[in-house]
Amino acid sequence: MSGRTRQQDFLRGIWKENPVLIQMLGLCPALAVTNTVANSLVMGIATFFVLTGSSFLVSLVKKIVPNEVRISTYILIIATFVTVADMTLEALVPDIHKALGAFVALIVVNCMILGRQEAFASKNPIGRSLLDAFGTGIGFMIAMLMMGTVREVLGNGTILDMKVIPGDFEPWVIFILPPGGFLTLGAWLMVIAWWTERRTTRARVSEWPEGVAATKEAA
Amino acid sequence: MSGPPAILAKPDVPAWRLFVTLGVAGAAAGFLLVFVFQLTAPIIERNKAERLAAAVQEVLKAPHRYDTLYVVDNALTTELPSGADPRQHEQIYRGFTEEGAEIGYAIASGEPGFQDIVRVIFGYDHDAGTLLGMKVLESKETPGLGDKIEKDSSFVVQFDGVLAPLAGVKPRDGTGDPHEIDMITGATISSRTVIKVINNALSRLEPMLESYVASTPSALAQEDTR
Repeated sequence: MSGRTRQQDFLRGIWKENPVLIQMLGLCPALAVTNTVANSLVMGIATFFVLTGSSFLVSLVKKIVPNEVRISTYILIIATFVTVADMTLEALVPDIHKALGAFVALIVVNCMILGRQEAFASKNPIGRSLLDAFGTGIGFMIAMLMMGTVREVLGNGTILDMKVIPGDFEPWVIFILPPGGFLTLGAWLMVIAWWTERRTTRARVSEWPEGVAATKEAA
Repeated sequence: MSGPPAILAKPDVPAWRLFVTLGVAGAAAGFLLVFVFQLTAPIIERNKAERLAAAVQEVLKAPHRYDTLYVVDNALTTELPSGADPRQHEQIYRGFTEEGAEIGYAIASGEPGFQDIVRVIFGYDHDAGTLLGMKVLESKETPGLGDKIEKDSSFVVQFDGVLAPLAGVKPRDGTGDPHEIDMITGATISSRTVIKVINNALSRLEPMLESYVASTPSALAQEDTR
């Protein structure tokens, strides 16, 4: 296997196939618990842990598990990691665990995780499955932080409880309420769509014969 | 002679393999969970106890020590009947100064608020009939609005010295009555919930406190007789 494939396994999930921003998977936590940076970060870490652990284990047992019971086995593996994460968070960061509420337990049904097991870890060697899980997990974390930063700055004027907007700023409370999640996600998707389109147009322009490109750009 | 179609020739996975796979996976998961549970349970328990102790310290204004009283059969007692599980009984905390004088009682209680049960702990000076302070233990009230019941210090500070029973008023309607609490604009239901928690808990516990105090000489008096 070439280094290029490895690199692709890892990088794919971070941006080009970002689970939240491009594939629109795992939207439920991305909307529900991103009202502060701290919550987003802890949720991102918990999901990363579950994803990597399950991908490793699923890839490890893929030859032993009969096809008929593979989904039940995957869910069992995922649920075990989620429960471990849940108990660990409650012991280490009780306040954030309380703020995340049911959403830690709901990682079990995050389709992003089961999706990676079905689509990748159950068909590929352990090394590649881990790289894929790292990439997807980091991609999810990036998306969560993009949501959390915008929402906490606008909704509370802070990042990780440190004041970032000076002076008399009346926080836009709606951004830490549920509608803020939808607004923020929509705005990010719009930015990404605009950026992608601009890039493809640029790429197309550069493929044109020189004369055409020059006139188009001049116009 | 042709054999059976390819799809039938594929050997079936025997049923025992399905059983064994799921059985082994389930057992392994069970072992792992029990292991992690035993590691984390004491820490979780300790965190909860620490948080409660800190809250008692806060609402009783740093007592030198405090006793735990249990509600057993509608009466307060420091001694649980043997074999009773302390977690099954409501607990209140009686705080004392360094000299042994009673500061008051810390009472934790809850009522449904705007989103979910709001749990509050408050300090109560039984002799004076006034509150010593209030702290929200648990609430899922709306961030930015209802959660001001714990984050807005000008609301919280009112619970120090107010006379029970409490009466919630809109800030501009206040008459300066010592029972009054100014409610938070935009968080009326949450403010009212806090007041209701305290009033209901007091009306429930006041008779018990009364008979408890009557039956036990105050700690200071005990000190004097010694």
